[in-house]
Amino acid sequence: MAGAGSVQSPLQHLRGMITPNGLVFERSHAGIPHIDPAQHRLMVHGLVKRPKIFTMDDLKRFPSVSRMHFLECSGNGSREWSKPFGKSVQISHGLVSCCEWTGVLLSTVLEEVGIDPKGKWVLAEAADAAAMTRSVPIEKCFEDAMLVYGQNGEMLRPQQGYPLRLFLPGWEGNMSVKWLRRLKVGEEPFMTREETSKYTDMMPDGRARQFTFMMEAKSVITYPAPDHRLRERGFHEISGIAWSGRGRISRVDVSTDAGKTWHEARLQEPVLSRALVRFRFPWNWDGQEAVLQSRAVDESGYVQPMRTQLVAERGYASQYHNNSIQSWRVSNTGEITNVHA
Amino acid sequence: MYMPKLIIAATVLALSSPVGAQMYGFGKPAADREITGWNIDVSPDGKGLPAGRGSVTQGKVVYDLTCAACHGAKGEGKPADRLVGGVGSLTTARRIRTVGSYWPYAPTIYDYINRAMPYNSPQSLTPDQVYAVTAYLLHLNGIIGADAVIDAEILSKVQMPNRAGFIADGRPDTSNARCRVDCK
Repeated sequence: MAGAGSVQSPLQHLRGMITPNGLVFERSHAGIPHIDPAQHRLMVHGLVKRPKIFTMDDLKRFPSVSRMHFLECSGNGSREWSKPFGKSVQISHGLVSCCEWTGVLLSTVLEEVGIDPKGKWVLAEAADAAAMTRSVPIEKCFEDAMLVYGQNGEMLRPQQGYPLRLFLPGWEGNMSVKWLRRLKVGEEPFMTREETSKYTDMMPDGRARQFTFMMEAKSVITYPAPDHRLRERGFHEISGIAWSGRGRISRVDVSTDAGKTWHEARLQEPVLSRALVRFRFPWNWDGQEAVLQSRAVDESGYVQPMRTQLVAERGYASQYHNNSIQSWRVSNTGEITNVHA
Repeated sequence: MYMPKLIIAATVLALSSPVGAQMYGFGKPAADREITGWNIDVSPDGKGLPAGRGSVTQGKVVYDLTCAACHGAKGEGKPADRLVGGVGSLTTARRIRTVGSYWPYAPTIYDYINRAMPYNSPQSLTPDQVYAVTAYLLHLNGIIGADAVIDAEILSKVQMPNRAGFIADGRPDTSNARCRVDCK
């Protein structure tokens, strides 16, 4: 694909917790490069004892791990702050996906090159036309960061960074740099364009929050959604997805009366840390107007906020990190619309 | 008699040990000349800026030829990002975020243009051309004069208007309760 692009996952058609590879959301800043894996190299240098260049064969020789994690763009929901925008859950929430990721732990590779104790931040650079760069704190690199080459059992697709991407579980998707070609260890953040003029969250006083890495707990009902229409009264299984960058989802509650009353939904096992979880709630539609909402709680005790609570703290200009409770209005003819309730 | 056996046993144990913080010997050492070719990033303090220099006047020539088609004749934007103006607008209802009003570090302008611009042929400009177009953008934003010439040292010392405009992540910043009945 030429040019920058953004393509959302069709959440309205997905049934479980896994996003099939062809339906994973895509975001690129200057097109999708075609890279010969035999020619691709990863350089690791900067404040390291042994700067090295790795081939893909080198990287695949290291001990590997496979982990299930969601990936969410921090711009997911960015057009929903001031008024309902998306006429489909794909548009309003589709910049999230969940896959099994396979690769080598970044800590394994950093041990191989030996980190200078002064090294506190790692610059990750892509091999795309934007040569996109982000700075990652060294703590995250050793906690659970991965160098990923496999996705849902096959090699990464070009749109997802083939042949190699960084993956930072639970953090904003832009930092999981695709088409990864270079890691440079430094003492300070590198203040790249993507972490200063973009991916910073404007506050009401005119200042902007920087390094807003965490993707906080969020959920959305994917059936019924504006993509569907209820054709009959009676039983309908409300179903959706929930996730949190802080760990496991502990509960999801569902409301059918615009948030006045809440009922605990069933969570589909296994409930994994920093992964999508499918929730379900049995509902008998009486043919009357209803407003459906879901509310996630994670293991840290954090409760997904109402939109009004987020706006009270951040105003309308922060753009990124909109994890507010979503409302779907069901009309008495069964049509479903995106509303602020 | 026992010593060699002990040494062999210890060696086998070390080779088959599954514990972490282990070295595998994979990858080849990166030579200095290889690192030099890859090491294109510029830090906010200007570290990494190459030799070279460029003037506002030269920058206008580069800009008109390679940037204006997407960013507008004077950096007003459309279809690509607006680059000029908006200083003082961040506290108003209509925030205009540009290189001049929002970007906190001048060397980042060099870094980004050098790595990603022009959009249809990134990394095709010479260091002198990148310095020049950076100077022109700083001038259009009223940050340096019309006769200015910049190099690594001068660009590193340029103070951007929004340098103090960034704060740390304040989250979690909401405390919703898990209300069950009679909520709101």
